[in-house]
Amino acid sequence: MARLVDRRMGVFLAALFVLTVALPVASSAAAGELVPAYLVSLVGKYLCYALLAVALDLGWGFCGILSLGHGAFFALGGYAMGMYLMRQIGPRGVYGDPVLPDFMVFLNWQELPWFWLGFDRFWFAALMVMAVPGLLAFVFGWFAFRSRVSGVYLSIITQAMTYALMLAFFRNEMGFGGNNGLTDFKDILGLDLTAASTRTGLFVASAVALAAGLLVARWITASRLGRVLVAIRDAEERARFLGYRVEHYKLFVFTVSAVMAGVAGALYVPQVGIINPGEFSPANSIEIVIWVALGGRGTLVGAALGAMLVALAKTLLTGWLPELWLFALGGLFVLVTLWLPRGVLGALEDGLAQLRPARTGAREEVRA
Amino acid sequence: MSGSLLYLSGVGKSFDGFRAIDNLSLVVFPGELRAVIGPNGAGKTTMMDIITGKTRPDEGEVFWKESVDLTRADEVETARLGIGRKFQKPSVIESLTVAENLELALKGPRGVAARLFGRRGETEAREIARLLALVRLEEARDAPAGSLSHGQKQWLEIGMLLAQDPELLLVDEPAAGMTDAETMRTAELLREIAGRHAVVVVEHDMEFVRALGCKVTVLHQGRVLAEGSLEHVSANPEVIEVYLGR
Repeated sequence: MARLVDRRMGVFLAALFVLTVALPVASSAAAGELVPAYLVSLVGKYLCYALLAVALDLGWGFCGILSLGHGAFFALGGYAMGMYLMRQIGPRGVYGDPVLPDFMVFLNWQELPWFWLGFDRFWFAALMVMAVPGLLAFVFGWFAFRSRVSGVYLSIITQAMTYALMLAFFRNEMGFGGNNGLTDFKDILGLDLTAASTRTGLFVASAVALAAGLLVARWITASRLGRVLVAIRDAEERARFLGYRVEHYKLFVFTVSAVMAGVAGALYVPQVGIINPGEFSPANSIEIVIWVALGGRGTLVGAALGAMLVALAKTLLTGWLPELWLFALGGLFVLVTLWLPRGVLGALEDGLAQLRPARTGAREEVRA
Repeated sequence: MSGSLLYLSGVGKSFDGFRAIDNLSLVVFPGELRAVIGPNGAGKTTMMDIITGKTRPDEGEVFWKESVDLTRADEVETARLGIGRKFQKPSVIESLTVAENLELALKGPRGVAARLFGRRGETEAREIARLLALVRLEEARDAPAGSLSHGQKQWLEIGMLLAQDPELLLVDEPAAGMTDAETMRTAELLREIAGRHAVVVVEHDMEFVRALGCKVTVLHQGRVLAEGSLEHVSANPEVIEVYLGR
């Protein structure tokens, strides 16, 4: 399977592997804490963003589905994980109720709502992390694609979807903690969330998930199905007249993408320690699109790179000049659109390609 | 009609009160080559839309092989029945290579799972090579389709149509934007294709229609004005009136 891991993917996965090994080692006590321990969770968070960007790129870069609501799938995955972490707290909550999370006790609820059942088991929560975003994407896509809603109209309704979910999750009656969301987590799989080893484990899990997400997306796009997706992206009508059920293909990609986004959200929540309805905010979803455009749409690796670069810039800049961050993000987007149409990855590869002929030229001179 | 491949009878379609197609009747037999001419707005494109299931007619019958009601089929179903369509504006997938474009069009399973797990086989590679030779694009095999000239794109699209191996090819103005030499070569290609497939060509260019040397149907205001050999229809006073203007 030489084509599954091409040069671009190979280089990225190798770099990711080095990072995954080096960072926990460098932050360990044995290495004299070369880098601060909080970096492990911070970079782990970036890796979750990268996976989310890859998910979006799969749909947008290869099939032209510009979702402005992918933050919703991420948040739903996050909530499913958050519910498991809430149930793990058990009687250690402020109110000490053995079953009910604190916010339910506070709201005077007598028993656990039905949709919280089962979330005390990890396997069930892990299943829901994928099933809930996947099912929402499937049902939403079923109606949207069948009615041939595409382009900017599709973008608008995905945006409306995430906005509607945000409003719903803000309500206390929904049973997801209202505007406070879910927090005060203690353990995951019985391991203390504040322990360095647990944090390292989550970081490694995020790296593995990112690598797996990249490979799955690459496998899909490099297959014969990938060519149909490109055909749909570039000439939807043509694909239809060739006999391809365009809506089935879109539905498949959209659902896979949503599941991937859900997994990213689930790994994100234990590392940041909270999930609240703000994650559904439309601005979050738009930011994902910026990551992908900035990194290089339709390259997968570029999307991951874009997410990490922007997240890094955000961390640095919001610490330094918080009020300037949105201007910087907007400016970056404009610059990339104007001067780097193929994104950061495209510019990097073009730069490398320019170096290479010079070398071949030199070799030819020697031969002559 | 007995033995017909495509049968349209009394077909009508209005758009916001405009009669695009009015009591149109047309019969195409297997392997036939047919040219459809007519001034702008004569209803040629709407006719193709109706045949391929893109547009539903308001009235009339459209039958495929005397048994399948095409008014109930959509684009995907008509494509799978064996109707291939070439658009007026070349419509190839620009970021895929020429060979990939043909591969996409090749007859074969069209389902999501089949495409995800399928591999390109020996016979497919051979078929692609044959088609590349037929449309004279062997040299451009691995070039992105977007880099082709206008005429080459038209040929690639015809090649994609042939890859589908349809029983009926609907070809909308294939000679538009082609040089004279390309136009003649295209007419030759379509003549070669006919026989194995039925071909319906919509065209403006009279030289091209003459080169096709086939039965001609003249459309005007959504209905058939005249039908027969090119000599026969060009002698028709009504056709002269429509074409030369009042």
